[in-house]
Amino acid sequence: MTFTRTLLATSALVAVGGTAFADGHMASDMTLVSWGGAYQNSQQKAYVEPYIAMNEGVTAVWDESSAEAVAKLRAMNEAGNITWDLVDVVAADAIRLCDEGLAMEINPDEDLADAPDGTKASVDFGDLIVSDCFIPQIVYSTTMGYRTDLVGDTAPTSVCAVFDTEAYPGKRSLEKRPINNMEWALICDGVAKDDVYSVLETAEGQERALAKLDTIKDDVIWWSAGADTPQLLADGEVVMGSTYNGRFFSLIEEQKQPVAMLWDAQVFDLDGWIIPAGLPADRLARVKDFVKFATDTQRLADQSKYISYGPARLSSAPLVGKHADLGIDMAPHMPTDPANATNTFLYNYEFWADYRDDIDAKFQAWLAK
Amino acid sequence: MADSDQGGAFVEFDRVQKSYDGENLVVKDLNLSLPKGEFLTMLGPSGSGKTTCLMMLAGFETATNGDIRLDGQPINNIPPHKRGIGMVFQNYALFPHMTVAENLSFPLEVRKMGKSEREAKVKHVLELVQMGEFGGRRPSQLSGGQQQRIALARALVFEAELVLMDEPLGALDKQLRETMQFEIKRIADDLGITVVYVTHDQTEALTMSDRVAVFEDGRIQQLAPPDELYESPQNSFVAQFIGENNTLEGTVKEIKNGIALVQLDGGGLIDCKPVNVTKAGERTRVSIRPERVEFDKTRLHADAHTLKAEVLEFIYMGDIFRTRLRVAGQDDFIIKSRNAPDQVRLEPGSEIEIGWLAEDCRALDA
Amino acid sequence: MTSVPDTDAAGRVLSADGTPLKQSLNRALRRQKLRALALIAPLLIFVLVSFVAPILDMLFRSVENQLISDNLPQTVVILEDWDPNSGELPSEAVFEAFAGDLQIAISKKVHTRIGSRLNYEKPGISSLFRKAGRQVKKWDIPNDGPYKEKFADLNKGFADIEVWRTIKTYSGAYTNGYFLNSIDMQKGADGAEARPENEQIYITLFIRTLIMSLAITSLCILLGYPVAWILANLPSRTANLLMILVLLPFWTSLLVRTSAWKVMLQDQGVVNEVLVWIGLVADDSRLALINNQTGTIIAMTHILLPFMILPLYSVMQTISPTYLRAAKSLGATDWTAFWRVYFPQSIPGIGAGSILVFILSIGYYITPELVGGTKGVFISNRIAFHILSSLNWGLAAALGTILLVVVMALYWAYDKIVGIDNVKLG
Ligand SMILES: Nc1ncnc2c1ncn2[C@@H]1O[C@H](COP(=O)(O)OP(=O)(O)OP(=O)(O)O)[C@@H](O)[C@H]1O
Ligand SMILES: [Mg+2]
Repeated sequence: MTFTRTLLATSALVAVGGTAFADGHMASDMTLVSWGGAYQNSQQKAYVEPYIAMNEGVTAVWDESSAEAVAKLRAMNEAGNITWDLVDVVAADAIRLCDEGLAMEINPDEDLADAPDGTKASVDFGDLIVSDCFIPQIVYSTTMGYRTDLVGDTAPTSVCAVFDTEAYPGKRSLEKRPINNMEWALICDGVAKDDVYSVLETAEGQERALAKLDTIKDDVIWWSAGADTPQLLADGEVVMGSTYNGRFFSLIEEQKQPVAMLWDAQVFDLDGWIIPAGLPADRLARVKDFVKFATDTQRLADQSKYISYGPARLSSAPLVGKHADLGIDMAPHMPTDPANATNTFLYNYEFWADYRDDIDAKFQAWLAK
Repeated sequence: MADSDQGGAFVEFDRVQKSYDGENLVVKDLNLSLPKGEFLTMLGPSGSGKTTCLMMLAGFETATNGDIRLDGQPINNIPPHKRGIGMVFQNYALFPHMTVAENLSFPLEVRKMGKSEREAKVKHVLELVQMGEFGGRRPSQLSGGQQQRIALARALVFEAELVLMDEPLGALDKQLRETMQFEIKRIADDLGITVVYVTHDQTEALTMSDRVAVFEDGRIQQLAPPDELYESPQNSFVAQFIGENNTLEGTVKEIKNGIALVQLDGGGLIDCKPVNVTKAGERTRVSIRPERVEFDKTRLHADAHTLKAEVLEFIYMGDIFRTRLRVAGQDDFIIKSRNAPDQVRLEPGSEIEIGWLAEDCRALDA
Repeated sequence: MTSVPDTDAAGRVLSADGTPLKQSLNRALRRQKLRALALIAPLLIFVLVSFVAPILDMLFRSVENQLISDNLPQTVVILEDWDPNSGELPSEAVFEAFAGDLQIAISKKVHTRIGSRLNYEKPGISSLFRKAGRQVKKWDIPNDGPYKEKFADLNKGFADIEVWRTIKTYSGAYTNGYFLNSIDMQKGADGAEARPENEQIYITLFIRTLIMSLAITSLCILLGYPVAWILANLPSRTANLLMILVLLPFWTSLLVRTSAWKVMLQDQGVVNEVLVWIGLVADDSRLALINNQTGTIIAMTHILLPFMILPLYSVMQTISPTYLRAAKSLGATDWTAFWRVYFPQSIPGIGAGSILVFILSIGYYITPELVGGTKGVFISNRIAFHILSSLNWGLAAALGTILLVVVMALYWAYDKIVGIDNVKLG
C-alpha cells in the first residue's frame, strides 16, 4: 500500500492504513472460508473486490468449507497447522468454536469499525454479538414457503399450516434436525412464544414437540441442504417447506416460480466471521485489517445488493438499496424489514448450545422409528 | 474325392460348408463317411478347418450348408447335449472345482444314474486308463499325462459310441505322447468305439489311424489308409505334407507304357509314374521319398535314367545315414540309407549318380 | 552327476565351505528377506502413517477422557470420597478445589471445553461452565469462600447433584462411556444401564446398515452377474466399449447423480410418470422410490455395481468357454452346464465383489444422506454427524471401532464359511 493511495482513500481507510503501519508487516494472502454459491459471491462482490482494489498485491482465496468448519478447525488445531484466516460460520458454530478455544476472542470496539456517526461497534451490532468470538455479518431467517398453485383457495398465513394436513394435503419439507422444527411444533401446539425454550428444556416439552411433529411425520421430506426445498417446490414434490429466506427470494424473484413465502414465525439466525485462534502475527494483522473494512456500515449494506439477507449493523439498514441485477428494492425482502418482522422468533443460541446433542439424539431416534 | 460307402456309414458329412463371417468359407465342400469302429484322423496345417469340422459334429457350430448324419439321422437340429458324443478337448477341459471322480461321474449324474452304478462305472473307467488311485485328486494336482487320461476317461465313461478328440496330445512331450498314442489306440480298439481324431502331427496320424483325411484350406485333399497316403500321395500337397519328400520340377516330355519321361528344369531326364499328368508338355512336380533313392550303381536298372549329384553333407543319425546332395541345381535333395555293415558312407565333395524305380517317383500336379 | 553331500559329526548336512547347510541357507534367505523388506518399505511406511496410525488414534479416542482429570485435578481426587447416591451435595472442600481448578482452567481457556465435553453427558453443563468462567476468574481463592454458596449463587446448576455425579462419573482418564453410548446404554447411578427408549438409535442403525448393505450386495450380484457374463463373452473390443458404460457412474459427480436419481425416482419423477401413464399405478398412489430405504438401495446399487462387475468380469474372463462345451458334450443341459460347471468357477469373483461392495456400502454416508430420507440412513451418517457437526469425536470413534470390529467379524465368518482363498480379482 503506497502512501499516496492511502491519502486518496476514504477517511475510514486512513484509520485502517494507520493500524496496519503500526502493526508492521501484514501477510498478502488470505484464505477465506464460506458457503460457496450466491452467498459467497455476495461477499466477494461487497467485501473482497473493493478491499483488493484498495490494497494492491493482496490476494484472497475462498474455501467452501463452512459446513464442516467446526470439525476442520478442530482437526487443524490438533495438527498445529491453521491454514484458514477468516471463517464464515453460523452463530451456533461460532459459540461452539469459541467454547472449544478454536476461535479468537475479539474486542468489538477495537477490532471493528465505528458507525459513520461515531456509534461504537459494540452498540451498533448490539445483541447480535452472541459470542466473544463472533463478528456478525447478516441476519437471515428460516421460514416457510408454499406452492401458490397447490394450496387451494385459502393460502396459508401462519407457519402452523405446515401441521394442517387437512387444509393443505401433500408433502412438506423440513430440515433434518431438531432446531426450528421443535420450536414451530410447540408454537403450533399452543405454547406461547416466550415460553418455548423453557418448555423445550424439559423432557416432557421435548416429547410434546416430537408428538406434534409425529402428526405430520409421514408427510415430511427431510432436507439437509439449503437447495433442497427450493428444488422440491419447483418440482411440485412438496406443497410447502422451510428454507432460508434468501433461497425463497431467488426462487420467487429470480426464477419466477409459483411460490410464495411466509414471514410468520420466521426464525432469525445470524451468520458472521470468526478468526481462528493461533494465527501468526502477520496473517492476523492482515485479517484484522480486512475484517474491520468488511464489516463497516457501508460494506454490510452493500452485501444486500446481491442477496436478500439483512445487514447485522443497525446503522446499515438505511443504506440498503436496490438489487444489483434485478433493480428491485431490497428492503422489503429483508427478514428484518418491519413489515416482515411482525411475528419473529429469535433462535436461542445458549439453549441450543446446551441441549443440541441431547435433543438431537432424541430427534434422530424419533426419525428412525 | 471321399470314398463314400453309403451302406455302413455311421458318421456322414454330406456336402458340408461352413462360414463364420458370411464371406469366407472355412469348410468348403466336405464329404466324408466313416463306418462304425473306425479310427479316423483329420490331419492338416493350422487353420485348415479341422476343429471346425469337429465342432460341427459335436454340435457347437452349425453347418452353414449341407447335412451331417449320425447313424443315418441328420443331427443339424439336435442340441449338443443330446448327441451323446464323447469329446476330448485339446486342453482337457477338466472341471477344476471337481475331483477326478466328480469329473467322471458328472456325465452319469446328468443322465440321472443311481449312485452305486455311477461309482462302479467311475471305478471301472479309472482302471481302464490306469488311474485307479487318483479319484480323490483335483485336476490341478495331476500331471499333464494324467490329466489327459482322465479327459479320455470322461469322454468314455458314459459309453459314447463316437468319441471326438481335438489334438488331445498336443501339450505332452514326445515320449509321453507316444505312450498315450498307444494307449488311446488300445482302448479304442478294445471298446470298439468310433473315433474322429484331430492332429497336425503326421506321425501320430500314421501310427494310430485306420484312415487319415488330409485337410487343406477347408477341403479334404486325400482320404486313405496311412500306407497308401504315404506311398501314393494323390497330389503334391499330400506328398509334401506326409513324411519327408524330395521334389523336383519339370515338364513332361512323353508318356509311354505307363511311364512318364520328365525333363527337369535344372537339367536331366527322369522316369516317373504319371499320377496327375496325362499328356506331354504338362508342367509337373515330381516327388521321390529319400529312402527310395538308389546310389549304388549295381542295383540300378541298366537302362534307367540317372542323375548326377554332388554330395554336400553327410549326417550320422544312428539307425540311418542322411545325406544331402545337389541335384539338378537344387541343393536340398536328401537321401536316407540304413546303417548296415556293408553300407557306404558318402564323402562330402564326391560326385555320384542316383536313380530310382519309376514307380517310386510320382509325377504330380505342378 | 550328483555327489553325496558331506555331513558333520552330528549328522548335519554341510555345504561346500563346511558350514552347516541349514545355516548357510538361512543366511541366504535372510538377505533375500531384507531386500524384499527394503522394496516394500515405502509402502509399509505409507500404510503405517496413513492407515494404521489413524485407526490406532481412533481406538484411543474412543476411550480417552483425560480432559477432565487433567484440568480438574484436585476436584477429581477429592470427589472420589463423595457418594452421589447419598442425596447430598459434595463437601465444601470439593467446591473449593473446584474453584481453584476452574480458575486455572479459565486462564488456560479450557473451561468451555470441559463444559462441552460434559454437556454430551448432561445437557446444560456447557453454558454452566461458560457462564461461570466470566465470574470465577475474578474470585480471590481461597479467601472469599465458602464456595458452595458462592457457586450456588452463581448458578443453581452447581447445586444440582446430577451435575456433580456427571463430573465424578467422567473423572477417570479413560472411559467406556462412549462405547456404552454406542450401544444405546449409559453410565447410570449404578453402572451401565439402557438408555431411555426415546434415545435409542445406534443398535437400530447398526442392524439397518448391515441388512441394507446385504440387500445392496445381493442386488449387485443379481444385476451384475449377467452383465459381467455378457461382457466376458463378447469380443474384447465390444466388451471394452460396454465397460465404459459400466464405469460411467464413476465419471459423474455426486451432484449430477443425485439430481438424476431425483428426476427419475421422485413422486413426480420419470419412473412414476411412466408407470402412471401406462396405467400400472394410480395417480394418487405413486410409488415412494426416494427418501426412504428403496431410494438408498437403488442409488447405492447404482454406485457400487461396478465394484461387483469388475472382479466378476475378470474372473469370468479366465473361465474358458470350453468348460461349458465340455459339460454339454457330456450331456448337461445349458442350465446344468452353467450351474454345475460355470457358476462354481465364478464364485471367487462373486466373493471378491461382495466383499468390496459390502464393505464400501457399510461405510457410505453421503448417498444415504441425500436420498435415504429418515429410514434409509446408515450408521456412518451418525458417525459423520458426530465428527462434522456435534464434535463428539469420542462417540464417533467408538461407533467407528464397533463398525470396524463388525466388519472384521464378518470377514472372519466369510473366511470360515467360504474360505478367503476363494476370492479372486481376476
Ligand atoms: N469362431 C470363429 N469365428 C471366426 N473364424 C473362425 C472361428 N473359429 C475358427 N475360425 C477360422 O476358421 C478357420 C479354421 O479354423 P479351425 O479352428 O477349424 O482350424 P484348425 O484346422 O483346427 O487349426 P489348428 O490346427 O490351428 O487348430 C481359421 O481360419 C480360423 O481363423
Ligand atoms: Mg484346431
